[in-house]
Amino acid sequence: MLKRPHYLAIGGTALLLLALLNLPASVAERLKLVVSGSFLPLFGLRTATHSFLDRASFQLLPRSVLIDEIVRARQENADLSMAAMQGKEAMAENARLRAALSTPPRGPWNRRFARVIGRDATTWWRTLRIDLGSRDGLQANQVVLTASGLVGRVSQVGLTHADVALVGDAECGVSVTVRETRDLGIIKPGQASSGEGGLVEMSLLQNSPEVMAGQTVITSGLGGIFPAGIPVGSILDSRATEGGLFTTARIRLAVQLNRLEEVWVLQP
Amino acid sequence: MNLSRVTLAFVFLVTWLAVFAQTQFVGLRHWLGIPLAVVPALVSYTALTHGIAVTTALSVLAGLWIDSLSASRLGVSVGPLFLLGFLLHLRRHLILRDQRYAQFWIGFGAGVSVNLLVLMLLSAGQREPISGWFSLWQIPMLGILNGAACPGAFVLFDALERTFGYRPATQSGFRSDREIVRGRHDRIH
Repeated sequence: MLKRPHYLAIGGTALLLLALLNLPASVAERLKLVVSGSFLPLFGLRTATHSFLDRASFQLLPRSVLIDEIVRARQENADLSMAAMQGKEAMAENARLRAALSTPPRGPWNRRFARVIGRDATTWWRTLRIDLGSRDGLQANQVVLTASGLVGRVSQVGLTHADVALVGDAECGVSVTVRETRDLGIIKPGQASSGEGGLVEMSLLQNSPEVMAGQTVITSGLGGIFPAGIPVGSILDSRATEGGLFTTARIRLAVQLNRLEEVWVLQP
Repeated sequence: MNLSRVTLAFVFLVTWLAVFAQTQFVGLRHWLGIPLAVVPALVSYTALTHGIAVTTALSVLAGLWIDSLSASRLGVSVGPLFLLGFLLHLRRHLILRDQRYAQFWIGFGAGVSVNLLVLMLLSAGQREPISGWFSLWQIPMLGILNGAACPGAFVLFDALERTFGYRPATQSGFRSDREIVRGRHDRIH
């Protein structure tokens, strides 16, 4: 039997829900930032604990391991310096050719390091939270990546943190191209996106029998958000769809999204 | 149940921490494909042990906290959590809430039903949530997680209640009607 407090509870909650679900999207997002602000102390505590544990683990590392790391880092640095030298020459050549064709030059990547401080609280979206916000100059739609490949784009920006929509999320459509065949396609959320987080589905704009397993998928540069040439993943398998008009392929992502701890944000 | 204010504050504090925990623990996501989401179990505990006002406040706050840390629209999780708390509170006299197996199945049902309802609400929206065959694994796993968490919540909060709540005055064995009065003429009542 319902009593007065029950009716009050139902009425109050229903009114609140009506108000919340009918808020304009921008107001709702701002309200979300305000509510999530209550977790700032916990995120701060998490970051502090992680840095303390990192420092403590460095202190505990044996000297021989550190020396091995330094030797490996020096070798890697020498390799990368050589590659950068080659790259600089190629970029200069590219700039000359672009100037000859009156095409605007490609700007350099200004990247900023960020730590992952949390993931989406539900299973229904692919997002994560990083420790950079508007006070660090972050803006919506900036590209997030690692040395292995594309991670996603900044979807929401708070003062001290930002949410990143990962590849495969509904908020992060990516225009891609198959490096070997130059076929264009898009990555969309779907059934392949669920589960372990390492697979996404790509729809090619036209059927292409040349597309096969093992080929590399990179960003195409179309759409204006993601610069061209960022590795996205490799093709796992493909099949013709819509009566043979299109090709759909499953992509194994280059980045292990479930295990990300650090990322880079590209800033203009 | 007459709970002290400290214990009541603990219920909200633990729920706040539980929502934060949903955004952490990468290992569980990697191996089971689910976050450490035990809020339905906490709402079930609250509905079975507290009044409707506390249950409503907790489900509304928990829903808002969860949505603020996810890409869902603000308010989507509030409805299913409130519905769960309200229905359990209404029928709490018919539930064997002191039995561990009953607590497990209440938590299991809460985990499954809340997540199914949220998924249905999200699917009705403009953005398509990530769901598919893998959801048939995720939702029962969330049920089992909440099934395990619900008896845990009873154990935890009962211990807190014993620690911080008022203890009942201990009864003395003295009965005036059985008093032996010593004196010149001993008499037993």
